[in-house]
Amino acid sequence: MSNTPDNPKISSLEDLLAVAYQIEIDAVERYNVLADQMETHNNPELVKIFRDLARAEGIHGEEIRRLAGDFDVVNHARQIAKFGRRESPEEAELGSAHYMMTPWHALQLSLAGEKRALTYFSFVVETATDPKVKALAEDLVEEEAEHVTLVNRLLRRYPPPKDSWAEDLDPPVSQE
Amino acid sequence: MSSVSTRLAHKPADYKSDLKPIWCPGCGDYHVLMSFTRAFAQLGLAPEKIAVISGIGCSSRIPAYTNCYGFHGVHGRSLALAAGLKVTRPDLTVVVASGDGDGYSIGGNHFLHACRRNIDMTYVVMDNRIYGMTKGQPSPTTEPEFDTALTPGGSGVAPFHPLVVALASGANFIARCFSGEPNETADVLAAAITHPGFSFVEILSPCVTFRPDQKEWKELVRPAPVVATNDQGKAARRLMTDDGFNLGVLYRGDRVPFQPAVGASDTDLSVLEKDFEL
Repeated sequence: MSNTPDNPKISSLEDLLAVAYQIEIDAVERYNVLADQMETHNNPELVKIFRDLARAEGIHGEEIRRLAGDFDVVNHARQIAKFGRRESPEEAELGSAHYMMTPWHALQLSLAGEKRALTYFSFVVETATDPKVKALAEDLVEEEAEHVTLVNRLLRRYPPPKDSWAEDLDPPVSQE
Repeated sequence: MSSVSTRLAHKPADYKSDLKPIWCPGCGDYHVLMSFTRAFAQLGLAPEKIAVISGIGCSSRIPAYTNCYGFHGVHGRSLALAAGLKVTRPDLTVVVASGDGDGYSIGGNHFLHACRRNIDMTYVVMDNRIYGMTKGQPSPTTEPEFDTALTPGGSGVAPFHPLVVALASGANFIARCFSGEPNETADVLAAAITHPGFSFVEILSPCVTFRPDQKEWKELVRPAPVVATNDQGKAARRLMTDDGFNLGVLYRGDRVPFQPAVGASDTDLSVLEKDFEL
């Protein structure tokens, strides 16, 4: 996936910081949208999980902003961090949400996002010509790999649900 | 087009209201809302200079979720409302949101004449080929064999082809998007808004509740293998042979938009009032 023209062009350390920042911020926004959906559909356990995930991604975003120092990473991100037809790598897939989804589903969405981010930063490592960009991209790869491990560890707490997880005793039905 | 500094002055979040959408989780309309706000931010439009007009249905809830001016109108009548607004307030960016039931069935006649009039506004139809809000009746774009409780074995009626109808009726810009590609959809919406005249954008927006089969749309959609044309004949051939999953701008016409002169009326209202006196 990373080897497509949809990836933002990374020409400098500033570009990479901006894209890495935007990836985290997009993830925050997406998890909050999902938390709002679960709130509306009275699934409090999932509200908490999505809010926690949003908070975690927000902390990562803040760390990147701090790393950028005086450089205005927020503004630069808005100009260059575009992923074309695809969404930002860590944005959880909205179309996979379900009002009766379980923590396992939420963590699967998160895992998929972390893996996409890992693939993306690995691509930056492979293609970077500037040693500083390469070094930062390697750090980001390492960080995303840690997140993958962390989500996998969390998944041990939440085994896959039964096949009947979406069975609703009062389902939406076609009008008779 | 606004300057770079103006464009950067607005973030997509600036166009969102505090109301949380009540669509079903997984609904394509969440992505469409995202595309609206991204397109507005991309164009640097001030929220108070945009009016989002709608009719009735799941898709028509969108004005409430934006921070722009909005009007959640009567079933199928969004285009009539929007046309009235745009001719009297040409300074506003008017975007109309509808669904396949609201827009093609109840509002079908307005659709034809809105295309024909070519008033400078953008009509977005979120097509999920079902009436979702009223729990799953077939709409004008439902496949003939699609089985519902109301139409066992399918309706047996061939679906309406909105893009062909739009072209034949005079729409000046025709595009198709997929809700699952919000960035691309935002770009198309921005192009539709800036194109003069009546722009029609069909967005394939899956209904996860009544049409779970539409999850496969993600695998079926692809960028149209052709660039937009301004040749109606060529566009007609393309659209007539299209399988419904080619995405992008498919037609860009060059008709001059209809915009009556706005100003003080010559009619003395007191004369009219007298005529209607009981």
